[in-house]
Amino acid sequence: MTQAASAPVLLVGPLLLFMAAFYAFPVLAMLARSVTDPHPTLANFAHLAGDGVFLHVFGTTLRTAFIVTAGTLFLGYPVALALSRMRPTAATITLVIVLLPFWTSVLVRSYAWMVLLGRRGLINEALRALDLIDAPLRLLNTPLAVNLAMIHILLPYMILPIASVLRQIDPSLPRAAAGMGATPWGAFRQVVLPLSMPGALAGTLLVFVLSLGFYITPALVGGPRDLMLSQLIAQQVDLLNWPYAACLSVTLLAATLVLLGATQVLPGVRGAFRLGTR
Amino acid sequence: MRNRPPLLLLTSLVLLFLALPIVLIAAVSFSSAAYLTFPPPAFGLRWYRAYLGSADWLASTWLSIGVAAATVALATSLGTLAALALGRLPRAARTAAAALILSPLIVPGIVVAIGIYYAFSRWGLIGSPVGLVLAHTCLAVPFVVTSVGASLANFDRRLEQAARSLGATPWGAFRQVTLPLIRPGVLVGALFAFITSFDELIVALFLSGSGAVTLPRRMWDDLRFAIDPTIAAVATLTIAFTALLLGGAHLLRQRALR
Repeated sequence: MTQAASAPVLLVGPLLLFMAAFYAFPVLAMLARSVTDPHPTLANFAHLAGDGVFLHVFGTTLRTAFIVTAGTLFLGYPVALALSRMRPTAATITLVIVLLPFWTSVLVRSYAWMVLLGRRGLINEALRALDLIDAPLRLLNTPLAVNLAMIHILLPYMILPIASVLRQIDPSLPRAAAGMGATPWGAFRQVVLPLSMPGALAGTLLVFVLSLGFYITPALVGGPRDLMLSQLIAQQVDLLNWPYAACLSVTLLAATLVLLGATQVLPGVRGAFRLGTR
Repeated sequence: MRNRPPLLLLTSLVLLFLALPIVLIAAVSFSSAAYLTFPPPAFGLRWYRAYLGSADWLASTWLSIGVAAATVALATSLGTLAALALGRLPRAARTAAAALILSPLIVPGIVVAIGIYYAFSRWGLIGSPVGLVLAHTCLAVPFVVTSVGASLANFDRRLEQAARSLGATPWGAFRQVTLPLIRPGVLVGALFAFITSFDELIVALFLSGSGAVTLPRRMWDDLRFAIDPTIAAVATLTIAFTALLLGGAHLLRQRALR
């Protein structure tokens, strides 16, 4: 082998070996337990379909993901739209506010919601001070708390791809629509909104996928009866029920990969991601 | 096109929703009350003193900084070397290598965490900082490779070839020509690697045991028993620290663009 051909392998090799040993092999060995325990079988997966606990948890996970995705889309689109029309200074300030929580750890943000929603939290204390309630409302450890906190955490993932697509739209297009007699709302609905769909689709898929795998937030602010898939997996590992935990992991991973695969195939969506990461 | 008042109002409300919880944590951390109340009866540094006076909190802080520093060293060196050569691999090999290197960004955290726990518990790496560093390096590497890769995209390979033709060794050409030009990308990658490790919780939940309790892990343990405003002080310091590192990363990027 010539030096030119072997050099890239020598440089990439150490990282690939490292990741194979300490990441890929461990994860694959664990996932393999789903089909090798106690002997090669697909029975573990067949059981899932009739498993009441799994179906309940899967239902909770999907419902939460839908609510959170709808919530972030509804709250995030207007911000992205406003952001795309702002002057540079205002846009920078807005971006900092959007990005600050983005890089604050999920743990800290979940804790903030515990402080807000707790029995002696800000919301209960405020309602009591206003004499609207006698006893504190149960807000923490409810599905509401999980939805609110997750919407808060995932909003930036919705805002950024939409804003990046909106910024690419030629501003003369809505102006032309207005010049031909469209109302501002009409120009938005018939010109800007359709052109921004790839961004909205990218954000929607991204938030939905990330929601499916959430663990820390539901564990801290959610109730014990509304487990998400990740929590069930962690629980089964604590019980050392590896085949079941592996089976659930394969399910979660498969759902993630299929949905992310869709982002690579759907027209325009891939470009929204590439711009969004910049 | 101008923003109309209803859109600006809605946007301001959403931005308030985004910023409020974090501002609230900072306000609580300066409270003088013995338990969590809002608004605080008076302001003070009581909970910062509680944090600085606690051997457990400080031990976890130093452990987290140590683990993050070791992660930065490993992830930045392995990641930078790989990023340099990734573009020169044959197409199929490049796609496969990039898929493996970037996959920790996609695979759900709980799946990565229990997989690593599954193997590391057999290798005796539970409750040891070494286990955490090995795992965190895998999670941090994608940030280094993408960041270095981005700065290499603007790097003219002919500069390196010129250095070689003037008699530089491969290492000499890298150290004297390539590295200075991609340094901002390497530093930004290192900062992100640090933040990734410093804030990481899910893997730490499984690997920490009782011997390597990182800062996020200690916060988690405390949150499960009692919400004490000391956590608010720690959280505020973490946010400030992270913001400082991100500001640094931003400045580096700006300078690189010029």
